[in-house]
Order: sequence, then structure tokens, then C-alpha cells
Amino acid sequence: MTDLTDLGIAAIRDGFRAGDFTARDVAAAFNANIAAADALNAFLVKTPDHALAAADAADAARAAGDAPKPLAGVPIGMKDLFCTTGVATTAASHILEGFVPPYESTVSQNLWDAGAGMLGKLNMDQFAMGSSNETSAFGNVISPWRRNDGGNAALAPGGSSGGSSSAVAARLCPGATGTDTGGSIRQPAAFTGISGIKPTYGRCSRWGTIAFASSLDQAGPMARDVRDCAIMLGAMAGFDRKDATSLHLDVPAWEAGLSANLTGKRIGIPREYRVDGMPAEIEALWQQGIDWLRDAGAEIVEVSLPHTKYALPAYYIIAPAEASSNLARYDGVRYGLRDLPEGAGLQDMYAATRADGFGDEVKRRIMIGTYVLSAGFYDAYYTQAQKVRTLIARDFERAWEQCDLLLTPTAPSAAFGLGEKSDDPIAMYLNDVFTVPSSLAGLPAMSVPGGLDHQGLPLGLQIIGRPLDEQGVLNASLAIEERAGFVARPDRWW
Amino acid sequence: MAEQAYMVEGATGAWEVVIGLEVHAQVTSQAKLFSGAATAFGAEPNTQVSLVDAAMPGMLPVPNAECIRQAVRTGMAIGATINKWSRFDRKNYFYADLPQGYQISQLYHPLVGEGAIDIALDEKDPDGSQKSIGVERIHVEQDAGKLMHDQHPTRSYVDLNRSGVALMEIVSRPDMRSPAEAGAYLRKLRSILRYVGSCDGNMEEGSMRADVNVSVRKPGDELGTRTETKNVNSVRFVMAAIEYEARRQVEVLESGGRIVQETRLFNVESGTTRSMRSKEDAHDYRYFPDPDLLPLELEDAFLDDCLASLPELPDAKRRRYQALGISAYQADVLTAEVESARWFDTLLDAGAEPVRAANWVTSELFGALNRLGRSIVDSPVGPAQAAELLALVADGTLSGSLAKQVFEVMLETGDAPSKIVEERGLKQTSDTGAIEAVIVEVIAKNPNQLGQYRGGKETLFGFFVGQTMKAMGGKANPAVVNELLKKALAG
Amino acid sequence: MRDASRNGMSVDTATVKKIASLARLAITDEDASRLAPELGNILHWIEQLEQVNTQGVEPMTAVIPNSLRLRDDVVNADPLTGGGIRDLLMKNAPQAEHGFFTVPKVIE
Ligand SMILES: [Mg+2]
Ligand SMILES: [Zn+2]
Repeated sequence: MTDLTDLGIAAIRDGFRAGDFTARDVAAAFNANIAAADALNAFLVKTPDHALAAADAADAARAAGDAPKPLAGVPIGMKDLFCTTGVATTAASHILEGFVPPYESTVSQNLWDAGAGMLGKLNMDQFAMGSSNETSAFGNVISPWRRNDGGNAALAPGGSSGGSSSAVAARLCPGATGTDTGGSIRQPAAFTGISGIKPTYGRCSRWGTIAFASSLDQAGPMARDVRDCAIMLGAMAGFDRKDATSLHLDVPAWEAGLSANLTGKRIGIPREYRVDGMPAEIEALWQQGIDWLRDAGAEIVEVSLPHTKYALPAYYIIAPAEASSNLARYDGVRYGLRDLPEGAGLQDMYAATRADGFGDEVKRRIMIGTYVLSAGFYDAYYTQAQKVRTLIARDFERAWEQCDLLLTPTAPSAAFGLGEKSDDPIAMYLNDVFTVPSSLAGLPAMSVPGGLDHQGLPLGLQIIGRPLDEQGVLNASLAIEERAGFVARPDRWW
Repeated sequence: MAEQAYMVEGATGAWEVVIGLEVHAQVTSQAKLFSGAATAFGAEPNTQVSLVDAAMPGMLPVPNAECIRQAVRTGMAIGATINKWSRFDRKNYFYADLPQGYQISQLYHPLVGEGAIDIALDEKDPDGSQKSIGVERIHVEQDAGKLMHDQHPTRSYVDLNRSGVALMEIVSRPDMRSPAEAGAYLRKLRSILRYVGSCDGNMEEGSMRADVNVSVRKPGDELGTRTETKNVNSVRFVMAAIEYEARRQVEVLESGGRIVQETRLFNVESGTTRSMRSKEDAHDYRYFPDPDLLPLELEDAFLDDCLASLPELPDAKRRRYQALGISAYQADVLTAEVESARWFDTLLDAGAEPVRAANWVTSELFGALNRLGRSIVDSPVGPAQAAELLALVADGTLSGSLAKQVFEVMLETGDAPSKIVEERGLKQTSDTGAIEAVIVEVIAKNPNQLGQYRGGKETLFGFFVGQTMKAMGGKANPAVVNELLKKALAG
Repeated sequence: MRDASRNGMSVDTATVKKIASLARLAITDEDASRLAPELGNILHWIEQLEQVNTQGVEPMTAVIPNSLRLRDDVVNADPLTGGGIRDLLMKNAPQAEHGFFTVPKVIE
């Protein structure tokens, strides 16, 4: 009998509908894998009963002959940024330790409404700030991957959705939610050999998702392949009246629209993404991706995105500015940690609570954000960054006159070892060099595995699309996936 | 009559006072500005608070269309520019009544731009000299929650019921020069808001509060440094705060000190102001556009609807009343409060003659309401009944004094005047036979007075009228009595 | 406008302390000394944006063309954004009594 945890979302859904197995069997199998994978530290909270309850409901509905829900029988992992009713939600921060939301985020509710069950809450970089999952207050997430050098160096699963990437790669769940502010779905997907898509800004409601940077945050799925992402995104997305930035549009039938035939599509290769010091293997993979897409019928064109190099600095003004304000609510008054030193007044309580509750990276970004918004600096930093953002978005608009989609590497390197970059914030920030520009422009973008580097570690390719063209992004990603034939998976050492 | 300019006399001479007001007016709406929680006054603590208002993690604001509509209508009512493109900004600061750690407000692109409010410099003479007070802007923002400091020895209590309630901040230009002008401005603004229906103007419940900006200077000098006295909640207190603050500033300056730009608090009991400790870093709010909200773009159809929905405003109404022959003073009294004006308009619609109606309302009705301690909205006599009463006077059925009697009964019973007249036989009589009979009796009973009258003391005519009316129980038509008495007394 | 104090690209500990105080983050002297060069580096790095000519460019307001939707003025239309949920609301409060959140006494 097949190991049910080897199945992806589509296979579980179809097998469940065909009566090959029960939903309970599926949930139980993943619960068991999770119980045996504490070494990865991917889960902050395990919710086996939630998964089993959803499974039992799916089994009962099937027995009663009800029409199956889109994700009936499929258990998933939930990034701890999504508030979940009755289940502790901390954004991996000490400041929210013990916080149990009395409400459900729209995205997670959409998934439960589609029949999915929850296996647990996934570890992440604290408040989604990080690219390596080393900023969690509850310990690093370890990638299931190891270098083929015989050493046992613990590798970063990417961030901030590192619990999600690690759990999917290690077969602890067939799919997981992620959130992406500057690359936090795509970069960890690339590091762990899985797929992940950030949809167009506004596709997935932000209501009930703990905010990092409001104008950038987007939820999306992380799963084993493109089809699984299409299915899961279809369930997560949708208009929500509770989010004023939510797009009032129907959710396209992305799965039904999947096609790896790219005839008539023009794929742009942005010249400015050839950055100094990029490993030759990544260059080579990029070229390989070009060939695959040409093979799929696409025409390849070189394009220019002249403001690319300013995307990261603009991002590191805008995102911290928004974060410094979004995180002001963590003040020890209504929920979460309260640190009240002897004899402290209200403002001292705030300062003590926040100093104790936030991790170093979060504090660093709050400080930067506070600085760039402070009196006298606002125009020079924030307004200038938003103008540069306009120019970056304009670069993409010009590119769309020449092409339909863009192909780039997802990250400038394969997974690095935990601790290797944590001393140098800017070196860490540079990890997002390829993912940040499309975040600033709100565009749909996806990472798919393309191959392994010389150390046996996965490398990802990124497809960026026009606003609302998730279908184009998924299809080009599918064309790569079919040609890459990426089947590598980490050996189980945990 | 030209008013003497208001000045504060100091040891070094006269100082001019420069006043600007930032009025926070609660927008009339069922739900809050960015959530669906109720806005009703006086609820149990924290029962009108949504997850959004308490700034729970992941909560997002969605603006209430009615609050936007009311602010636009208010702007239109003061002839202000309406900005079809505006934005919400975050004003960042930490305080226990501010759950988000920021207030959603509008700094860079307010909804309403430049407008003006005309005030009369002399209250007694509304047609006399007017002054136009500039309104720089009206923006829409969230109210904060409420802190209570007197419930516990070491703790302050936080009630978030008001958190997120919609406010209009109406920012005047520093155009006022005396407490009286500030008072007139506030009263006029309140009246306009209540006409428009965008704010109930209830200052006791905190629906309207003013931040009072005051500075002083020697006439002709540059503007001085101002202080801002926060949240003053009555016209009287605003005037008192200005007086105190102006005098204090003059004293500081004359004794060689300088004024610090700061936030102050008004003490209602002592009538003084003092520096506010809790607003230490008020100077750095780190405003930036709220990334949870897109720009607010208004369409022409929406603006047309707002304009069409505006009622006749106090100044226009006053002018219309005056055109009907009503005195300027009465027109002003009738239009100051929207409820009185509405009541009076209904009375006119019921056919009452405007001048007599205005006389009657401003003297009889307002006098009675005053006596009863009631407001016009719960007047025991409605405009339809009043119209009937005035009609009975006009057609001679009731004399002035009978009308007063009938009105008293109306106030007590709420009955229609025709019914009262019928039941109590209060109808005025013009029956010459009956009146003549009484006159004969009166003359017979008062031979002395008759003699004096006929001897030339004509002032006694009034005495005979009085006696006749008294004998007729007040119901005789005075004109008929006069005519018949003259004849009878002449002999 | 560019502030003269930024010319050195360096951030001193006094500035770090001022920013930390604005952000309500308690900070020790050692923290401030450690953070000063670190923040200085990051700020120096993001200041490359000065090189971009943005004359005549509008700052971005909406990343994807979309207009602000408004809600109807209806109380508690959606329980998730309505009131009347005090117990749920206060369940996570570090300190509360008599239906109030409580904080150390504030002197205004
Ligand atoms: Mg103010
Ligand atoms: Zn205000």
C-alpha cells in the first residue's frame, strides 16, 4: 500500500473521492509523520484533532453521497501568521505567546469551508520578518535537506514561511499556507524544492492574517507541485468585504485552466537580474529554464527593468515603515505579553513589554521604520521610496509591452547554513533581491524547483506575471515542472 | 453698533488675542467609522467594541459610507471645497485609549478643503456687522477610547466603546479675536451641524469638543507662539479657557518668559489650564498614508446626492423669515436651533400668518416652554394646534386674553383649541344686546365714576372697559365693548 | 527635504535612544551602542535611493488598480466586525476588571 503522505493535494483529493482511502487515514498518516518530526521544529502547535475532525466530516459527507467539497479529505498546515479560532496564534513572537484568537482569518476559513483540515500551526520568522527562519522566538526551523558533503550542517528552510516549506518538503503535510511580503513564499519554496505562488496583491484577503507590511502582504499556497498550488490557491483566494484592499473579482478556475503549452507566449528575461556574484549554477539553471520554456512553445525576449537595483532599498524603507506602525498594537494592554516592572507607569510598561516581547530582527525593523517616518525624514525616505516603487511598477508595465511573463531565478543562492548570514542583516536582505521587485508591484509570482546544485540542494526558478494573470504564471511554471522532472527529496534523517 | 476690540490689558499695554478652534464633531451614524460596532451613547463598557476597534491582530478597517457622506454634506454647508480625491493617514502615538497605536486620520489629503462660517459680532443684532471665520479643512478620523482614572487606586480603566467612532475635525483659521467671537463661531457651527444632521451637537455627551489654540501679540506684531487646550466641551468653557490662557500668556511674556508650544488641559472647576504630561512626544506623529486603505475617490453622482440632500441652512432661513416681515431678532431666535425652525416652518405650512406666528412663538410658546422646562421637540402643543389657535384669534373667535386662557388649557390637556373653546364656552361674543345689558348694569353700579368721566376725566374710560370685560367673563369682543361704552357713557 | 543631520550617514547613540523611545522599546546603553553602527549601515545602504531621479513621479498609492470600497452604515451586520462581544474580546487581556481593560494608573 502506498504511503499516503507521499501523495500531494490532487492525488489525495482524487483518491479520497474515488474511495481509495478514507480522509481519516490520510489525516492520521500525516499526524503520525508530524509527531515523529520534532527535530525539524516546523510546527508551533499540532492540531491532530482538527485534522481528524475535518477528515471525519469529509468521510461522513462521502458516505451520505454529498457532493464533495474542493479540498475534502485534504489536511494542510497553517502558517502561524493566520489567526485560528481557539488555536494559539503567535506569529512566532514571544509578545503574542498565549494569544488564542476568538476569530478565524478569512484565508483559513476559506480553506476549512473547502473541506480542508488543519494539521497544526507552522513556525516562521517572527512577524514574517526574515529569510531563514532564524528569527522565530520558538527556535529555528531546520530544513529537511542536507548538503551531500557528508556533513550534517543544519540548513535554513528559507523564510519567512520556513515552517511551511520544511513541513511540505518533509512530507509532514501535502500543502501549507504561506505569506509573502518580499519573497517569503517563493524563497523558502526554492530552498526546499517545492512550489509556491504569491498571487496578485488583493487576491487573498488579509483579514485575520497578522500584518507585517500591509501594502505588500499576500497569502499563497506552498505545495509539492504546480497543480496542487492551483487547487489550494483556488480555495484560499476570493473577495472579502472585510478587507478594503481585497479585489472584487471572481476566482478563476486555475486548475481547470492549467496547460503547459506556451505557444504564442513571450517570456521576458530581465537583463538586470544578472547580478554580480551570482553562482554559475544559478546562471546555468536560468539558461536551462529559458530552453525549457522555448521548448514549451514560448518566444524568449530580453527585457529591461532598469530600477531593479533600487527595489531592495525601497522595500527596506516601505516594509519597516508599515511594520513599525502595524506592530504598535502589541502594547500589553488587550492581549499578549505584558511586562510591568515594579513601579512602572503606562509608557514604561509599553517599552518593557515591547523590548521583552519582540525579537532582535523585529526590533531592528521597527527602529528603521520609526526612523524613516520620523519628523524631517519622511519625504527623503518614505516618499522617495514610494516614488521609486512607482518607477519599479512602471518598469514592469513597460516590460509587459514586450512580453507576457518573466523568468528569473528565485534566489541568488541555494539554502545556506543556519547562522551563516545571521550576523549581517544586509547580506540576509539580499536574499530577496529577485522576489522583492514583483512584491513592490503587487504582481503574481511563483517559484518552481528547477534542479539541484553541486551540493545536492534544490534551486528554484521564478515566473512573474501581469496583474491577475495567475493562470499564465501557473502554466509557465507547469511547463518548467514537466521538463525539469524534479523528483529529488530529502532523505529522512529526523 | 460697533464692538470695542477685545484686548487683554497688561502692564506693558494692550495685547491682542488670536484664536483658532479645532472642533471634533461626532458624525451621526449608526456604526463606527471603520467597523460595524454601534455608536450609541451610554452603553456598558466595552460592549460596543468590535475586533477591529480593539485592534486585534490581523484586523482591517473598511470605511463607513455614511460617515463620508455626512462629512461631505457638512463641507458643502459651509461652502467648502470637496476634495474628490482624499486619503487616510495614520497618526502614530502610544496611549492606552488608542488600541492600534495609531489614529486613522487625514493629514495630507483631507476630504474637505477651504470653507467659511459667518458669525454676527453682536448677538442682539444679527443683521449688524458680520465676520467670516475661515475654515481651513474638515477631515474624518477615528475617536479614541475612554480612560477612567478614579475607579482604582493604582489602575486606570480602559473603555473602548468610543474607539473608532467617526469624528469630523473642523479646523478654523486663527481668525477669532475674542472669547465672544469664539463662542459665536461655536454656536453657529453647532447650529449648522444640527441643520445638516451630521452631528447632534450634544456637548455634554462629548459629541462636540474643541481644541482651543490661543496666542497673544501686540497689535500689528507677528503671530505669537500658541498653546492648544484640548477637549473643551462647552461654549462657556471654551470662552473661559481663552480668557484664562490669554491672561496667563500675557503674564508669562510680560515677566520675561516665553510661551512653549504645548498641549494643555482645561480644569472645569477652577477655570484654569495646565500643561498636559501625557503628550510628551506629540511633535512626532510619524504620519504616513494608511496602507490598509486605498485613496478615497468620490464620484459626481455621490456629490450630487449629497448636495441635493442639504436642507435650508440657518442663514438662508433667517433671510427668508425676514422677507416675510418677521423682525431680524425674531428670525434669528427662530432659526438658531434647527428644531425651532422646523417647528415654525410647520406652523407656517399650516397657514399661520408669519408675523403674528413669530410673535406668538417667540413670546407665548417659548415663554411657556421655559416655564415648563421643556424643549420644543417635546412641546405639549404641536404646530398644527398652534395654527388653529392663531386662526381663532385671526377670525375674531378669541380675543388675545382668551387665546392665552385657551393656550394654558392646551398646555395642560393637549386638547385642540376648538374643542377647548367649545367645551368651556370661551368664545368671544360680539352680541351687542348682551354687551349693552352689561354696560347698563356697570354704569348703574358706578355713579361716582360716571360723574367724574362726564366731568372730563376721560381716563376713566379704561375703568369702564375693564368692569364690562370682567362682567362678561373676558369673552366680549373688545372692539364692540369700546364702541358701545363710548355711546353709553356719552349719555 | 533632506535633513542636514543625515550627511554623515552615521547614527549616534542619542538618536538610537530617541528612536527607541518613540517606538516604545526599552533600550540599554549597550544596546544603543551596538545598534548605532548597525542601523547606520542599513540606513546608509537604503540611502542609495537618493540617486534615483524621481522628479515628476507620483508616490505609489495603490499597488493594483482598485478603488476604495465603503461599508453600509449597519450595526453588527457581520459578527466578525460588529460589537457586543465583550467576553470574547477580553478573553486574552493580561489584566481586566468590571468589563474594563486595566493599565497602570495614568496621570494626564
Ligand atoms: Mg487637535
Ligand atoms: Zn483630531
